[in-house]
Amino acid sequence: MESAIIVNNLVKKFGGFTAVDDISFSVAKGEIFGFLGANGAGKTTAMRMLCGLLKPTSGKAVVAGYDAFKYPEKVKASIGYMSQRFSLYNDLTVRENFRLYAGIYGLSNNEIVQKTQDMLFELDMLSAKDTLVKELPLGWKQKLSFSLAIVHKPQIVFLDEPTGGVDPGTRRQFWEMIYQAAEDGITAFVTTHYMDEAEYCDRVSIMVDGRIEAMDTPKNLKLQYGCEDFDSVFYQLARKAKRNAD
Amino acid sequence: MNIVEINGVSKRYGKVEALNEINLQIAKGEIYGLIGPDGAGKSTLFRIMTSLIKPDKGFVKVLGFDSVNDYKEIRGRVGYMPGRFSLYQDLSVIENINLFATVFNTSLKENYRLIEDIYKQIEPFKNRRAGALSGGMKQKLALCCALIHKPDILFLDEPTTGVDPVSRREFWEILKRLNNEQITVIVSTPYMDEAKQCSKISLIKDGQIIKTDSPEMIVADFKKDIIEVSAKNMFELLKFLRKLNSVDLAYTYGDKHHVILKDRITISDFEREIKSASHEGLDFCCVNPTIEDYYIYFSNNS
Repeated sequence: MESAIIVNNLVKKFGGFTAVDDISFSVAKGEIFGFLGANGAGKTTAMRMLCGLLKPTSGKAVVAGYDAFKYPEKVKASIGYMSQRFSLYNDLTVRENFRLYAGIYGLSNNEIVQKTQDMLFELDMLSAKDTLVKELPLGWKQKLSFSLAIVHKPQIVFLDEPTGGVDPGTRRQFWEMIYQAAEDGITAFVTTHYMDEAEYCDRVSIMVDGRIEAMDTPKNLKLQYGCEDFDSVFYQLARKAKRNAD
Repeated sequence: MNIVEINGVSKRYGKVEALNEINLQIAKGEIYGLIGPDGAGKSTLFRIMTSLIKPDKGFVKVLGFDSVNDYKEIRGRVGYMPGRFSLYQDLSVIENINLFATVFNTSLKENYRLIEDIYKQIEPFKNRRAGALSGGMKQKLALCCALIHKPDILFLDEPTTGVDPVSRREFWEILKRLNNEQITVIVSTPYMDEAKQCSKISLIKDGQIIKTDSPEMIVADFKKDIIEVSAKNMFELLKFLRKLNSVDLAYTYGDKHHVILKDRITISDFEREIKSASHEGLDFCCVNPTIEDYYIYFSNNS
């Protein structure tokens, strides 16, 4: 199967601290890949390297067909990234945010107008198009962020805790957007602290102290660790962590 | 004895009605959960209970004190951890703690036993700027500051958002221990596994309280059959289930989907309908509802 992401022996050190400690894995095209780990396990650092935002200490990553460290700009143009910290501009309206993001990703004016209309319709947010983003409920903002992260039809979308603080109903709506994107051929690489969401992934990895301790389908991991639910799998692995989430 | 009494409280921000005629009694010693979607009015209610904003209508009594007239009495006796990190980012960990201690006319030493477990975890970073701490450590520092004066009530507005499952478990163990020390805990959370650990919860939507009871009773009162369904292609299955006439709600639930049937529809009606199309690996059975099932039902209805 074709790979969207290939990672070989990736290491990132900050001074004497090894944030990411020799990880290797690959993600298939169209896969929904859950990248799990406790706070401070190294997930965000690893993700930032894959997005071409951070150089590794050593190792290699090929993302959307490009070497992420030789051609970070090519990678950035081929992926979408929704960061943990909310990535929209609060003082711009919904429509202005669309215009900004779509413009940055190089869509033409006509495309922007059409796409804005289509996406707002799909999100059921037409009535909010002139609302300042800071006035939107959190769940709406998250859905809007996601739509903007895939506005340029990237090959891969990276989602860093997209549903933090979102209630169970809205979280599910968000995941259906991920499913839809995956069905449209977009690979989704997602981190989450909700263990029911881990089960919505095709495969997951669990990072502990910078290393990948386990990687498989959620079902196989439950079997392997003899757990009824995924929360227990995570707990078994992550409580072994030695380093503090400082 | 009711430690918090909320009587007919309404609050409006411009056109938005944040709270609409809220009535609520919270007994001493509870771990009380306020559960509801984003924008339901939970944070507004926290700010009113902690005397930080005034209600437009109605009144609130906390520990017998009126939240408007006797606000100073209340503030000295409650701890509040707001949803957004609100400590001083440019002060170090220990400076923040000392500042809070001084404001409340106490010291880190005075109630050290109460916060010892939490403080020990942040002590190695006590000279670090608060702004440079990780999310988990900020949360622990905020909890230390909220507890420094040994409050009678601890108000926690979504304290575990963005916190990993292991740390969440630890956090709830701390809450239970504090609760054993006679501190009443009032907490909001988007996590249903945390809602389940409360002694009592109120479900809030659109500024109104929809239901109040223990989590066990809420589930026991939820008289709906839940059908657990799975197949090889889960997303296809979900879209299919939503088109069925017999189905009221279909939603993902871990590695399965859950289905709630419309009124007066039997499981055999559903069985007939679902078998009208072929789904590879189709499997279904009835399961007991959980608090999460109830939450999804209530947020889609009511």
